[in-house]
Amino acid sequence: MHTTEVLEGSQAVALAVKACRPQVVSAYPISPQTHIVEALAGMIANGEMDSQYVRVESEFSAASVVSGASAAGSRSYTASSSQGLLLMTEVLYASAGMRLPFVMTGVNRAISAPITIQVDHQDTVSLRDAGLIQFYVESSQEAYDTHIAAFKIAEDPSIMLPVLVCMDGWILTHSYERISMIGQEEVDGFLPPFRPANFLDVNDPKTWGSYAEEDVLMEFRYAIHLAMQRGKRRIKEIFSELAGITGRDHGGLIEAYRTEDAEVILVAMGSVVGTIKESIDKLRSQGRRVGLIKIRCYRPFPFEDILGSIAGAKVVAVLDANFSMGSEGALGMDLKAKVCGRPGAPLVIDFVAGLGGREVNEERILEIVEKAEEMERFGLPLDESYWVGLDPDRVP
Amino acid sequence: MKTGKQSSEEELFVSGHRACHGCGMAVTVRHVLKATGSDVIVVTPTGCLETFTSPYGYSPWRVPWIHHVFENGPSIASGVAAALKAQGRDHVRVLVIGGDGATFDIGFGALSGMLERGDDVLYICVDNGAYMNTGGQRSGASPMFSSTTTDPAGTRSLGKIERKKDLPGIIAAHGVPYVATASPAYSKDLEKKVKKAMQYHGPRYIQIDTPCPTVWGFPSDRTLEVGRFGVTSGLVPLFEMEDGKITSVRKVKNKIPVEEYLKAQKRFKHLFDSEKGRDAVRKIQALADENVEKFGL
Repeated sequence: MHTTEVLEGSQAVALAVKACRPQVVSAYPISPQTHIVEALAGMIANGEMDSQYVRVESEFSAASVVSGASAAGSRSYTASSSQGLLLMTEVLYASAGMRLPFVMTGVNRAISAPITIQVDHQDTVSLRDAGLIQFYVESSQEAYDTHIAAFKIAEDPSIMLPVLVCMDGWILTHSYERISMIGQEEVDGFLPPFRPANFLDVNDPKTWGSYAEEDVLMEFRYAIHLAMQRGKRRIKEIFSELAGITGRDHGGLIEAYRTEDAEVILVAMGSVVGTIKESIDKLRSQGRRVGLIKIRCYRPFPFEDILGSIAGAKVVAVLDANFSMGSEGALGMDLKAKVCGRPGAPLVIDFVAGLGGREVNEERILEIVEKAEEMERFGLPLDESYWVGLDPDRVP
Repeated sequence: MKTGKQSSEEELFVSGHRACHGCGMAVTVRHVLKATGSDVIVVTPTGCLETFTSPYGYSPWRVPWIHHVFENGPSIASGVAAALKAQGRDHVRVLVIGGDGATFDIGFGALSGMLERGDDVLYICVDNGAYMNTGGQRSGASPMFSSTTTDPAGTRSLGKIERKKDLPGIIAAHGVPYVATASPAYSKDLEKKVKKAMQYHGPRYIQIDTPCPTVWGFPSDRTLEVGRFGVTSGLVPLFEMEDGKITSVRKVKNKIPVEEYLKAQKRFKHLFDSEKGRDAVRKIQALADENVEKFGL
């Protein structure tokens, strides 16, 4: 049975997680992740949810607890933000290497210093190479749906990797939205109990987390890459299976929005996508040929789908809410790596937008579109990323 | 539900691992698993034990064993314990066996968290007083005036001048039900303590002094003898604490001067060639005397 309620984004995520029946939850508080883990703790305290909740002394331990629980064969969940995700980083690399399929929410928040609680994607993008599958969501509804899919994707025998669902802090976690939820029996039908082929079992003792040398470490890394590449199809299948139940199709690895005949295509991920769609609708109504590719799945990187959608474009403007110091935004780099050099490839320009909560509104999106058009028209080579809304007088 | 096998005859840590000749840790782990029986899951943080027992494709572990990273042995164990509880696998117990670097230093925060939460884990520290896996660097467990590679003896140094961290005391202060110290030189005592610890629930801690011929610097056929010297000199008191109170102490009948223990090892060699060194030996003797008094050895 489907129900609809007006919920805070965090509450929506907590209800999705609850419906997935994780046996172990572990978390350490950090803004803006707190409302999710508080909601889970509350439901457990009231007997509405049956999970072991391990209240740890650090994010390092939160990631470790869910890793240990996953190795012991239990579905597990954690969430964090910003510094907390950085503190988890070492653990997450090892857990991906050991193919431990827990799910976590990365509530996006910028990294210190300067310390801030404002949103950007630097935290989760810094985990890009860890071997986690990464999804980014546009709305709290999509966050709800994606968390349910995430457990099934993580635990798929052909994938077996941790999944990180990224949602913008405050903008999504702390705002209220109408959320449509599926019934428990539908979730149970979609997501059977976690029964891994291998777990820490006294009746079948195995050695986990061995020491490897130069003869085999590369093969372990390649196995993760293969699981991700081959997992692309499985992720799409799982998304559409869930869409069949929810009646909501958010797309596959990407969502192409009004890209047909578009000359300028914006590429973005996270909640800014909603604003971009509004802007595109207005620009389209003025006859301007502008479209959008929303990245839902950042790792594995869905370049095949992207290439298919940008085929006719003249210029691709990438919005990066992160920056690799001394280089450019990560999404821009990914696009350039996979697009440039192909015959007829469009110009790809990297726009740094929305660092530390800097607003990206319709006016700024128009600025990006026009800047991209201008650069394409005059064939201007751009060696640097374009920093949207930067105040040169305030650069310390 | 399956009932646990408890045979102390069963070998659960078998030959074929790659420990150094005379490794005190290998013999210790064998005794520990004889005492626990086979219904345990062992977590081992990064260190010697992980390295010499897990070359990919080989394993001496006849129980399920997991290594993850260096500083999270306790929290991996907490996760395993939570999963076992959630699954109703009540007969399976969780054990951490980690070195002093993982326990006293880098994993100390995680250990304190595990203790405070009351998680059902027996934590065994195989304490050889330095980072042996990386060549013998100073740890919070290194004994006073030992020479380590990062705090070496030299013309201006007597090695580590600080005391060893009192981890059993710190752990007992968390209000845990069982804390003990042991030595492979007293293997029956060691096994008895592990068996006793297994009868308790909640976090428990046993610190086992594990001589390391390679880094302590003694012939590999003298491991247990050096371990015994540690105990009989009074530097390694063997005791049990239940609910925060000392409930048993292994009396030392024929005490030896600390000199005899120190002279058997190269890591203390520098103490015997200068007046300052001899002064340091007197300070080490004072530590032993303090233990004799405190524990009534």
